[in-house]
This record gives sequence, C-alpha cells and structure tokens, in this order.
Amino acid sequence: MLGEQIIKGMAITAKNFFGSYVSKERLTTVQYPEERLPQQGNTRQFPMLVFDGDPEKGLRCVACTICEKECPPQCIYIVKSKDKKPDYKGQPQLYPAIFDIDISVCMSCSICVEVCPFESIKMNTEFELSTDDRFGALLLHKNDLAKSNEYYQKLHPDDAKESDAALAVEKAKAEAKVKAAAEAKVAAEAKAKAAAVAAPAPATPTPTTTSSATPPPAVAK
Amino acid sequence: MFDKLDQIFVTLKHLVMGHLPAAWQPLASAVISIALIPIVFPGLFAIVTVIERKGLGRIQNRYGPNRVGPFGFLQFVADGIKALIKEDVVPRAADKMVHFLAPVMMLIPVLLAYAVLPFGRKMVVADYDAGLLFFFAVGGGVELSVFMAGWSSRNKYSLLGAMRAIAQMISYELPLILSAVTVVMMVGSLNLSEIVKHQNQYTFGIAHWFVFSPWGLAGFLLFLVASLAESNRTPFDLPEAESEIIAGYFTEYSGFKFALFFLGEYLGMFAISGLGITLFLGGWTAPFSFLTWIPSYVWFLSKLLGIVFVFIWIRGTLPRLRMDQLMNFAWKFMLPLALINIVVAGIWHYMGPDWPRWLVCSAILACAYGLLGLGLMHNQKLGKRIYRYAE
Repeated sequence: MLGEQIIKGMAITAKNFFGSYVSKERLTTVQYPEERLPQQGNTRQFPMLVFDGDPEKGLRCVACTICEKECPPQCIYIVKSKDKKPDYKGQPQLYPAIFDIDISVCMSCSICVEVCPFESIKMNTEFELSTDDRFGALLLHKNDLAKSNEYYQKLHPDDAKESDAALAVEKAKAEAKVKAAAEAKVAAEAKAKAAAVAAPAPATPTPTTTSSATPPPAVAK
Repeated sequence: MFDKLDQIFVTLKHLVMGHLPAAWQPLASAVISIALIPIVFPGLFAIVTVIERKGLGRIQNRYGPNRVGPFGFLQFVADGIKALIKEDVVPRAADKMVHFLAPVMMLIPVLLAYAVLPFGRKMVVADYDAGLLFFFAVGGGVELSVFMAGWSSRNKYSLLGAMRAIAQMISYELPLILSAVTVVMMVGSLNLSEIVKHQNQYTFGIAHWFVFSPWGLAGFLLFLVASLAESNRTPFDLPEAESEIIAGYFTEYSGFKFALFFLGEYLGMFAISGLGITLFLGGWTAPFSFLTWIPSYVWFLSKLLGIVFVFIWIRGTLPRLRMDQLMNFAWKFMLPLALINIVVAGIWHYMGPDWPRWLVCSAILACAYGLLGLGLMHNQKLGKRIYRYAE
C-alpha cells in the first residue's frame, strides 16, 4: 500500500521527538562548555616542552634543533644559547635562548616528538586556544610551551612513565660512567702512587705538583 | 465579553479611524489592515525558524539551539543580526539588476496573497469575490522570481535549481488548484470569507469542516502534499537540495538578500497553509460548538502552527525525492486522484444528505487511491539497490 512506510517513518520520528524529552539517554550530544567528555588516551594537539623542577633551569631541551629540521611545515624556530648549563645528568649543555612554535602552522603530526632524543618535546592536549589576536597569540614562546613533568604525567601517564624510565636509564648510565671514571681515576692514581713508590730513582720529566710527586725532589736533594 | 475579545482588533481599528477626517478613513483603514501583515507574519517566521530547528533537533535526538535567550528561543535575533551585517556579494558575471530584484519579487506576491485570507471573524484585508483565484494568480509570481534568481546569478547550480523549481512548481500547481476546486464546487463561491462562513455551522456540536467528509479529506491531503511541493519543503526540496546543488537558485545570494529569500519561502508556506486551513479546516472557526468562545484569530493561528508543525515533522522524516519520482508522483498519482476527487465531490452533492453517499464516496476514493498507488509502484524495484558495475 502506498504511504504505509511513510506512516511508519513518521511514527519513529514522533517517538524520537517525545522520547528525547523523557529520557536523557536518547540525547547523544554533550553540552560542551559545561559538560565535556574525557579525552581519548592518544589525544594530541600542539607540542609543549617538558621540564623537571624549575621551568627555566629544568627544561629538558638542549637546543639540538633536530625537531626544527624535521618539522614538515617548519613551524619551530630555535636560537641556541651562548653559554651552557648543566642538564639533568649534570653535564653542561646548551639550552634554547628562543624556542617558538607557530601553532597556526603546526599540523600536529608529532614528528618532533618522535625525533627528540631528550624526551623534551611532547604533545599537549590543550585545545581551547582560540584568540582574537591572529599573529601574536598563535606564536607560542618558550615560557608558554614549558610544562612540568607532573602535567605531562597527568596527560599521558603511560608515555610519561616510559620517558621517565628512559631518562632514568640514561641517568643511571651516566652516573655509572662518572663513577667508573672516578674509580678509574682513583685506581690510576693509586697505580701511579704505587709505581712512584716502587721505582723512585728516575726523575719524571714532567714536573707534577701533586702530593704523590713530592718524593722525587727530596730524593734529588 | 468573548465577542469583544474576538473583535478587539476590529474595534481598535475603528477607534483609530474615528479620530480621522472622513475623507482619510478608507486610506487609513487599508493602511492599518495591511500594516499588520508584514508585522505579524515575519514575527511568526522568526519564531517558526527557532521551533523548526529545535523540533528537528529533538527528532534527531539533539537539543537544537539552546544558547541565545531562554532555551535558545532568541536564536532568531542572533540570526537576523548576522544576516544584516554580512557582506552582500554579487557575482561579477551576474545580471545585477535582475539579481537585485529577484528577492523583492519573491516577497511581493507572497505578501499580496495574504490580502484575501480571512484571519478571523471580519478580519480580512480585501474581501474579494474572486479571492481564491487572486491567491493562485498572485502565487504564480513566485515562479517568476525563482527563475529570475536562478538565471541572473550566472551559476550552473542556480540555473539547475531554478529549472527544477519551475518544473516542480508548475507540476504541483495542478493538483493544488484541482483539489481546491472541490471546495468551490460545494460552496459555489470563490470568496474565501464565504467559504469559511459555509463551514461555520454545527450539527451535534461538530463543525461542518470540509475535511470531515471523504472528498474533503482526500482534497485536504492532496492540498497538503501539493503545498509542500509549492513551498519547496522536504521531501520536495529539489530546487534547493543542499547535498546536490548547494542552495539551488539562491546559491549566489548572501547577507540580507538570502534572508529575504528565506523569509519569502516561509511566508509562502504560511500563506498556503492558511489557504489550506481556510478551504478545508474551517478557517477561523472552532471545531466544536462549545469552543466557539475562543477568539477566531487564535483558532486561525493555532491551526496554522499545527500545519507548520506537520511540515516540520515531515521534513524530519522523509528523504528527498528523485526528479523522475517527483514527476511521476505529480502526473501519475496526484493529478488523476484530484480529478477523481472532483467527480466524487459531484456525486456527494447529488446523492443527498443520507448515509449511502459516505459509503459510495469513500469506496470510490479508497479504490482510486489503491489502484493509483499500485500503478505508481508498478515496475518499481523497491528494496536493496544492486550496483551492477560496482563489483
């Protein structure tokens, strides 16, 4: 019969119309500024720079400019510092004097995150970035980009754990190296001392000012 | 007291006119009557846009607009301001004069059509003897403006939309007018006030609305479908199918000209719904005699809003027709049924007031509906579509 399916369809839409007033479950939309859905685990918007402790001194970035070179739309701009400061391992490193990201150009590809060897640049999930200043406010500077490690841990707990572990391994390696170097130094010194004690006769050609080198002049006297 | 409330607008008009010299009174009467139309109906348009968006939202299990004002009911203010301050872009290759005139031309016939509609007891701007004829004659101007818009834009989508609109509007004008002819046959007058007066009688407390008879019901349904097509509403919105041809004939319109087209479309929808109410639903009369104390204009407006709600409901339900389906439906189903309905109305008139006419007329119409429906669906492969070359 002609029109039968039309009646059926009208019944369905009428059911939807009245049902949406009665049961909240029918409504599929969320009233955004007041209510929001939890973000998905892998959400990413624009990059940020992670720091430990102090936002100025604790910045993990060492201005190696790998991300700047790899960035496909070239939205990163880095100027290296003239001086150095110790990084988390205690090694003296450069730091970015300027680190700008133009988020009007950034395409959120997260390649910078993949190439960063220092676990420094990570993706932020902040998305309410609209402003009325088209040029200035969309160019994020170093202090806008700097975010604490705790914040990162909150955003992406699993990734943050991984990167913390990687950093801890690096640090442990570095510490072990330092320790080994110190031990080697101590051992070498001990060895040199022992050698000096065992063979005092030939005067060393290079004058040394260390305490272990004091006996030879006495012998020469 | 209820009579006073019913005639409050008429009394107010006479009060104003009493303060004027006698020579000015006819002019003042005309101006006051006319001025109400461009105030009341665009206001209704504003409210209906919000109701439509909210209703469609609810049909699709959404809230609809709910930010501006209480429950979003002031959304039309925001939309109006937006339309006013938008840039008015005219294509370089457009015929500028015709492009400018088209939205105005759209609005004028639509507003003229309101002149003959009785909004309430003694509330009609021009109580014209050939009112129905005037309504349809003036309504023909809409087609012209649609084609002006489509042609002058110099845009393929606009032209396609205009072509579709012309084909559709001319095809559906026939069943629209033929379904109205039955009422003229019964009343013997083209005067719309006369038609309403004819329906303003009660037996056992029920009004003599034409829709409460077999031919009237068939005529009303035909009129409703044809008026959907005339006002370019879904499922007959081919002329402005946004998924196919952007916005059809008003693709190249922006800013307030776009708003004027929108306004013209809705005013046309109200006018044609108002005509449907006047012809079949008793105009401003109450359905039951114990409800006659409610003012006549309230009845008219509530019936109008009811029809508009049905239009919104249909829009939320049905998908758009294809061009061949549209034409088949108009010429192979609507037109024969409207012609049969005219015959049925004649039979109804000459069979006298006894019960057999109910049986005979209903049977003829049901048979015609069934057979024409079968004819329309004949050779139609309904069901899942198979693509021969897609595999």
